[in-house]
Amino acid sequence: MTTSPQNSADSRLPLVIEKNLDRILDTWISELQVDGGRLLNLIRESELREQASRFLDLLRKAIKVAGVNPEKTAAYDELRDLLDELSRSRSEQGFTPTETATFVFSLKRPLFRELKEAHGDNDTTALLDDIWQATMLLDRLGLNTTEVFINTREAIIQRQQQDLLELSTPVVSLWNGILALPVIGTLDSERTQTVMESLLQKIVATGSDIAIIDITGVPAVDTLVAQHLLKTVTAARLMGAECIISGIRPQIAQTIVHLGVELGNVTTKGTLADAFALALKKKRQKVQDI
Amino acid sequence: MSGNEHLQLSISTEPDVVYVRQAVRKLASEIGFSLIDQTKLVTAASELARNALIYGGGGMATIEKKQQGTRTGVCLTIQDQGPGIENIEKALEDGYSTGSGLGLGLGGARRLSNEFEVKSAPGEGTTVSITRWL
Ligand SMILES: Nc1ncnc2c1ncn2[C@@H]1O[C@H](COP(=O)(O)OP(=O)(O)OP(=O)(O)O)[C@@H](O)[C@H]1O
Ligand SMILES: [Mg+2]
Repeated sequence: MTTSPQNSADSRLPLVIEKNLDRILDTWISELQVDGGRLLNLIRESELREQASRFLDLLRKAIKVAGVNPEKTAAYDELRDLLDELSRSRSEQGFTPTETATFVFSLKRPLFRELKEAHGDNDTTALLDDIWQATMLLDRLGLNTTEVFINTREAIIQRQQQDLLELSTPVVSLWNGILALPVIGTLDSERTQTVMESLLQKIVATGSDIAIIDITGVPAVDTLVAQHLLKTVTAARLMGAECIISGIRPQIAQTIVHLGVELGNVTTKGTLADAFALALKKKRQKVQDI
Repeated sequence: MSGNEHLQLSISTEPDVVYVRQAVRKLASEIGFSLIDQTKLVTAASELARNALIYGGGGMATIEKKQQGTRTGVCLTIQDQGPGIENIEKALEDGYSTGSGLGLGLGGARRLSNEFEVKSAPGEGTTVSITRWL
């Protein structure tokens, strides 16, 4: 969309906003109260008014300096920053992108009403032109909030993925010198590596000589996961620790065979309990009734 | 998944491989595959998707329900525009890897499926298609 500079110059938009700031703000707020749905349950009215008033003020300034085209003009930077901040905080408060964009879109009606008033009945062409420009402007700003919203969400998801990666590697000490690593969930190469590295570190840190890797919670073992498992077993062995793999369920056993992976000299046990019993036996210890 | 049980996913990162796996698992379980067959299919998908990512520089997975007479199955096609495979027979051999793998993925995927087809030539990318019947 391009608008000729003449149009922008003739636009009454800046003047209309300037002159009727308070009234526009009031109608906008009541518009938001109707349109906003849950908005007012989640945000205090004073806060909403504050945001709306800042938005309107920055919009007024930006239009005055740069006209109605927000693309790439520095004059709109402050306004965009405000919207960024707004989208981000609302996304964290649990608003939908629609709800956030509606904040901007609902300024249309109050603004159009003032434009209509300003133009009177005699100049419909100019009025339509102004309305068109105002629509374009608010649409762009509203869509902007949606974009920020998506980016914020993506950042949150990435952070959570990172957190999960850290969280999901709980190497636990079962007994003096016996470690267990219950692996749960889908293993991609990054996660497998993290999990296996943390096991090796814990072996050193605790001076353990037996480590049980339990894969009951792993939905599939492919060649990459198998390779990581085998590497870990070998590395642990070099460090003087023996690994026992437990929890190989029937479907996993079958796929491992079809893949042709040789678990050859790796000790395996059906369950974590069996593996623990074997570990105790190797350490010549036992758990007794008292 | 759309009406035709046909899903296309791009493979350009490691998480995409996991995503392909999950999509295959979902379709297979919807169709009624046993846990063992689901796992076989998912594992084969994992091998092929990862090969496309590592050797093919990324690619595309197409997952679809296949109906042939009274038979129902899942068909997975993994396609990349990478360097292609010079010697397919060799690539299928157990233990053959030009990378740092075990060299079991491609052959393993063949053993894990009922139908298996590789189309590849140097400079022309690689397309691997597998089907597993219910
Ligand atoms: N999509 C592909 N494009 C190009 N070359 C491929 C492709 N898929 C496989 N290859 C070649 O075939 C070889 C064997 O593949 P295969 O999946 O059996 O083993 P790998 O990937 O090396 O190791 P693994 O899968 O056991 O971890 C690869 O090392 C590679 O040279
Ligand atoms: Mg492979």
